[in-house]
Amino acid sequence: MEPFIEIITQPDNIAIVIMIFMVSFFMVWAFQQAFQNDRLLAAGLPVEGENDKFVDTFKPLVRIELIIAVVVMVGLTVWSIAVDAPLEEIANPTITPNPAKAPWYFLGLQELLVYFDPWLAGVVLPSLIVVGLLAIPYIDINPKGNGYYTFSERKYAIMIFSFGFFVLWLLLIVIGVFFRGPGWLWYWPWQEWDHARVVFEPTKDLTAVIGIDSRSLPGFIIGAFLVGSYLVGGMIAPYRYWKKNNPELLAKLGMVRYVTIMFLFITMMSIPIKMVLRLVFLIKYIWITPWFNV
Amino acid sequence: MKSLPEITDKVKKNLIWKSIFRRDYRNTVRDKAQAVFGNVFLHLHPVQVRESAVKLRFTWGMGGITFFAFILLVITGVVLMFYYHPSIDQAYTDIKDLEFQVPFGVILRNLHRWGAHFMVIVVMIHMFRVFMTGSYKAPRQFNWGIGVFLLVLTFLLSFTGYLTPWDQLGFWAITVGTNMGAATPLLGYQGPFSEYLHITPYNDIRFALLGGAQVGGNALLRSYIWHCVAIPLISIILMFVHFWRVRKDGGISKPQK
Repeated sequence: MEPFIEIITQPDNIAIVIMIFMVSFFMVWAFQQAFQNDRLLAAGLPVEGENDKFVDTFKPLVRIELIIAVVVMVGLTVWSIAVDAPLEEIANPTITPNPAKAPWYFLGLQELLVYFDPWLAGVVLPSLIVVGLLAIPYIDINPKGNGYYTFSERKYAIMIFSFGFFVLWLLLIVIGVFFRGPGWLWYWPWQEWDHARVVFEPTKDLTAVIGIDSRSLPGFIIGAFLVGSYLVGGMIAPYRYWKKNNPELLAKLGMVRYVTIMFLFITMMSIPIKMVLRLVFLIKYIWITPWFNV
Repeated sequence: MKSLPEITDKVKKNLIWKSIFRRDYRNTVRDKAQAVFGNVFLHLHPVQVRESAVKLRFTWGMGGITFFAFILLVITGVVLMFYYHPSIDQAYTDIKDLEFQVPFGVILRNLHRWGAHFMVIVVMIHMFRVFMTGSYKAPRQFNWGIGVFLLVLTFLLSFTGYLTPWDQLGFWAITVGTNMGAATPLLGYQGPFSEYLHITPYNDIRFALLGGAQVGGNALLRSYIWHCVAIPLISIILMFVHFWRVRKDGGISKPQK
């Protein structure tokens, strides 16, 4: 337990501990209000804020802003008195620390390097996160749940966003900060960091499992087929399902929106899929090409 | 001895006071409105707001807290700039001086560092709140997009500030981070297809970020200028648009059914 206490009390990591508490608190508060509004909606009653009266900005709002500003300032001042910002040894290109970690908010992306090559983990996926966030208002055509907390009226939007935000972004950050040690190996809180530790994991490529060299032509073709059928199948299967069960939804979405949504969703889900393949089945690559590996 | 009302009367009824505040504040509807739109800082607000806007439970004040953190970081950052040279010979010792020579230097640096972490945390929670209340829906789609860019800029502000102390932590964090740039398809020397464009470590996107093939003096200067001038300017412009659009799109979102 001692190494863990050492890690969580490192000055920079205190921010992550604060983040865990703050995010958990606001997550519970948001969902609690969402479920409360859901009960009102189910009973046909107006939701919180629907019949709002107007109040003066000066002074009720100005007063509350001032109070918040003072509370935040006091909190940050106490934090700054209690904990000193770290300053390590002067920069030295010849001494590489192990592990060399990116700033904490990028550690989720650094964690992805275990499962994807750098061009995917460090460039393509982060860009798609930004593109996906920008696209949200234009691909979510559900008119309900505009301006109030609710879960029942936007189940899928909230579940997908929460999975991305809490699991793929925040949980991976927490793992990167607290559970990754030298060599980016996994360390439990009760384990001492061991710089000499080497873990031999005989990872294979997917086609090697069925005895075909992933760098041979048949391996290339099978790999391309698997990646292609994941992308194409991921596009077509939900389309077929909705065509049969909910054709109005498809008509409302239109082709461009449908393809955008499914592309972003398929890409997002490729992350947990590759994590399971790598961690459970020790599979490194699915498709090897002369230019890049997936 | 004069009584308190007499003193306040003296203070308020002279040319200087009147020139600053222009008019007396009486607790009338007109004066309450005047207090908001007659004040350059308060006129970001409408004169009246819906009740939910003054209740913490709806917005959590997160956007405002993020803005407050930004202001705090600008103020502490400007003061820190008085004590700092962005060169590899001096940067590290300047930070040491903050610790041992500059009055309140330690708390100044701490406030800037913890304020930065805090801003990254609250801006993410702000995004979560806006998502959970569906406030990105019509007519606020565009402003959500501005917010996404502000979120990215917040990360970049913090990231560029990481290198400035020129210690091992910042040096290697920036090395790890910018190495990702080398993996960019087409434009990074380790990225797929880059060999077709004759990309080398000396002309790729990482070189452009660092001003060199390695993290060195040019990288320190570049991150310093991005951190202290360029990104804050871009952020401030986007903040203007963000706040303006909050008002133009109808204020704090309200239930639309």
